[in-house]
Amino acid sequence: MNRGFGLAALRAWGQKLVAPIDGPLMLIAVLLLLLAVGIMASASPERINAQLINVAIALVVMRVLAQVPPQRLMHLAVPIYVLGVLLLIAVALFGDVSKGARRWLNLGFMRAQPSELMKIAMPLILAWFFQQREAMPRLRDYGIAAALLLLPVGLIARQPDLGTAILVMAAGFYVIFFAGLSWKIIIGMVVSAIAAAPLAWNLLHDYQRNRIITLFDPEKDPLGKGFHIIQSTIAIGSGGLFGKGWRAGTQAQLEFIPERHTDFIFAVYSEEFGLFGNLLLLVLYALLIGRGLMIAANAATLFSRLLAGAVTMIFFTYAFVNMGMVSGILPVVGVPLPLVSYGGTALVTLFIGIGILMSIHGNRMLVQK
Amino acid sequence: MEFKNPQEELERFRSRLAVAGGFVLLCFTVLFLRFIWLQIVQHDYYQTRAEDNRISLVPIVPNRGLIVDRNGTVLARNYSAYTLEITPSRAGDLEKTIDGLATIIEIEAKDRRRFKKLMDESKSFETLPIRTRLSDEEVAKFIAHRYRFPGVEIKARLFRQYPGGAYASHILGYIGRITDRDLEKIEARDDDANYRGTDHFGKTGLELRYEFDLHGVSGHEQVEVDAGGRAVRTLTHTPPIAGNQLTLTIDAELQRIAEQAFGDRKGSLVAIEPSSGGILAMVSVPNYDPNMFVDGIDTQNWRELNESPDKPMVNRALNGAYPPGSTFKPFMALAALELGKRRAEQAISDPGFFNFGGHHFRDDKKGGHGMVDMYKSIVHSCDTYYYMLANDMGIDNIAAFMGRLGLGQRTGIDIDGESEGVLPSQEWKKKRFRKPEQQKWYAGETISIGIGQGYNAYTPIQLAQATATLANNGVMFRPHLVKYVTDTRTGDKRLIEPEPLRDLQLKPEHVAVIRNAMIGVNKEGTGARAFAKAEYVSAGKTGTAQVFSYKGAEHKTESMAAHLRDHALFIAFAPADKPTIALAVLVENGGFGAQAAAPIARQVLDYYLLGKKPKAPAQPDEAAVEEDGE
Repeated sequence: MNRGFGLAALRAWGQKLVAPIDGPLMLIAVLLLLLAVGIMASASPERINAQLINVAIALVVMRVLAQVPPQRLMHLAVPIYVLGVLLLIAVALFGDVSKGARRWLNLGFMRAQPSELMKIAMPLILAWFFQQREAMPRLRDYGIAAALLLLPVGLIARQPDLGTAILVMAAGFYVIFFAGLSWKIIIGMVVSAIAAAPLAWNLLHDYQRNRIITLFDPEKDPLGKGFHIIQSTIAIGSGGLFGKGWRAGTQAQLEFIPERHTDFIFAVYSEEFGLFGNLLLLVLYALLIGRGLMIAANAATLFSRLLAGAVTMIFFTYAFVNMGMVSGILPVVGVPLPLVSYGGTALVTLFIGIGILMSIHGNRMLVQK
Repeated sequence: MEFKNPQEELERFRSRLAVAGGFVLLCFTVLFLRFIWLQIVQHDYYQTRAEDNRISLVPIVPNRGLIVDRNGTVLARNYSAYTLEITPSRAGDLEKTIDGLATIIEIEAKDRRRFKKLMDESKSFETLPIRTRLSDEEVAKFIAHRYRFPGVEIKARLFRQYPGGAYASHILGYIGRITDRDLEKIEARDDDANYRGTDHFGKTGLELRYEFDLHGVSGHEQVEVDAGGRAVRTLTHTPPIAGNQLTLTIDAELQRIAEQAFGDRKGSLVAIEPSSGGILAMVSVPNYDPNMFVDGIDTQNWRELNESPDKPMVNRALNGAYPPGSTFKPFMALAALELGKRRAEQAISDPGFFNFGGHHFRDDKKGGHGMVDMYKSIVHSCDTYYYMLANDMGIDNIAAFMGRLGLGQRTGIDIDGESEGVLPSQEWKKKRFRKPEQQKWYAGETISIGIGQGYNAYTPIQLAQATATLANNGVMFRPHLVKYVTDTRTGDKRLIEPEPLRDLQLKPEHVAVIRNAMIGVNKEGTGARAFAKAEYVSAGKTGTAQVFSYKGAEHKTESMAAHLRDHALFIAFAPADKPTIALAVLVENGGFGAQAAAPIARQVLDYYLLGKKPKAPAQPDEAAVEEDGE
């Protein structure tokens, strides 16, 4: 029967389609996306359609990545990294300036932000690198890894784009950490970082310094630089235990929260859904991260492990830095709330990460020949 | 090269994962504690902050109280109109903004000048009108182009309007934008909150004196606003309470007739109801149109008004001090009777001059008036009689009596800034001059005081008050413009009680002598021509105040520069037996009182007593010059 055959074919096709997809990871991601649509309907309803398109694109990209075996990714690591660094250099030389920062590269047909690429390229190259040194990595190897890490981070920080620089830096650091960098060195780095803080202070741009000053005393400049933090903490605080209700947050609806559909969307959510809503969100992120770490723990190769661990921790970095800055315990850097903030670029990057995790999970048994 | 141990390596990796997982939980716990801090512990504080953000208290400016005359004719009212306003701090390039606006809506050079003046006087975050009284069409045009003009908006505002234009401007005064000095007054009364939305404040006249009655009580709206300050919806509404209404003692029609009677001459007239002190008309001409000040006067008009040699901004009735001339004589005569220095029938012989220490004080009538008693001295305005009388009385007796009549002191009228005038006395001279030789009073100086010259200088309102006091048999009231204040909320009328300042305890027979003589003035004396065929009995006295000392030369009025000509004066009350109106008229450089001032008084009395409206301004009566010296 044609009809029966068609149905069977459809089912087979459907099974093939979902086969590489990890159920738990997908479930958590979908819950977060549903939450995101709900918040977007409150923060900026006119952007729902655009964001749904972004989600569709991101899901397709995820699905594609889920089917790319880790070995393929490993082969791509070096070319992608080299391309990323070259593009970053190109940005530094010919990039477009927008809002005082040189972040965009005009490719004629589109504007690209190469620093975004680095968020994935960095764990890839470092995981590849440690895979090459599968024998016990030596101190010298860590030095090379640090150089691979700091070159693009430096270029991004110079644009300046502190948020992305921190994310890329963190992504690379997680790989090095998971590769087994000794605790002595880690502690030594933390201590010297604290010692070097005054020096770093001098290297920061004025606006970056102001953000840090603002963090400690936002009321000093309530209508200027402190406005974002003051208004977002007011939004969160006034949300209370249960929140003011969906689309009933006065801070959000009367536009007191700046950038309320992008970096500060958490303030909108927190105002309208309160402490319980925040708890729900933290639990979802914790589950996502937990699932990712589990995938890393069971991954087949060193490369897969390091990559899965680092990619998972990228989600943590996004979530923690974003919620930390919106609630006023971290300086304001441009980091979106993962899977929730409006914007296609970050969403695609994050779903590439999820796709990679799914691929690693799907290939956990297949490699060790 | 060591051999790797996959199992050991995996264990180490997993322990690192566990550390990472622990770190994640730790960080999320920190976040959660932060949320508890903000959302539970500090919740009330942030709740209040959010409400403060959301709710804005918008003041609603009350309608300013009306000012009406004694018959209810409206002298000052309000109307609502659209204005085009710019907030300089938000508008960017002002020149460009205004040029751009001018392509849509007509903006005159006058508007630009006014805007510039307002800019200089105010802070840049205030919104200032560039155009007032926009038509509906202009409003629509601007709204279509609004997006091009940040910091520019249309506002509906209440405007003060004086329907009479320049009439009574010196009584009403005007309002203007609140200045720092006005703010001090508001703060002194702790009235800041009430003035939060108010732009205007009384600047002169009744608008200033009764500012806090006229202003009313601001209402307010609790409005939900967004971060841009735009109102989203109204939560509560407390309506404003309109300012109290002033009902004046002024008779607007009488005021109009009195002002018109001056034609294009300068001068002042004050008419008082003797039995209450209520002012019926108070003229100071030339005057100005107070409507010009309401939306801010531009620099050019302001300069013209202030620099005009005619001084239209000076309220002559209260701030012009003039020698009273012969209008002083009835009061001198009254003083003589009261002090026992003369009896009415006592006559002197007038040779045409009074000799004092070899100096001849001339009488205007050559050869003199012959035998002159008190009646004749007033009716024919005999100078010699008063030279002698002043000499007999002495300056301090004169000063004491005239002081009790209110001359040379502020009357206490309900308008700010009244002048004192000059009541000369030995003491006054001591205070007035610094050098010892100037401080001494010379007996010769007393002589010309007797005919209202010399240092004498009184405001028209003082003369009117003295005349009213005489008409009221010595009982003096404080002159006032406001009859009662009506509370808009309750409708209660707060009467301004006639305030008897003092009773001079004049002997009725003395008053009768003076009244009689003043009736004589208008019947057979210097005022007779002006009051020919009057259908009522009036009492008056002409006066001429020298601006320029003639040094004994024959004076030729026609050949003299206008500003050196004498001031013409006239005082009167009527009906003579039971006066309902007393007045003083002054025509600057008008020449003889009989010639210029008395005809104005006649028109005013004719209207007030008979309802007769004049067809034209009072014409100077050239023929009136000849008869008597003044």
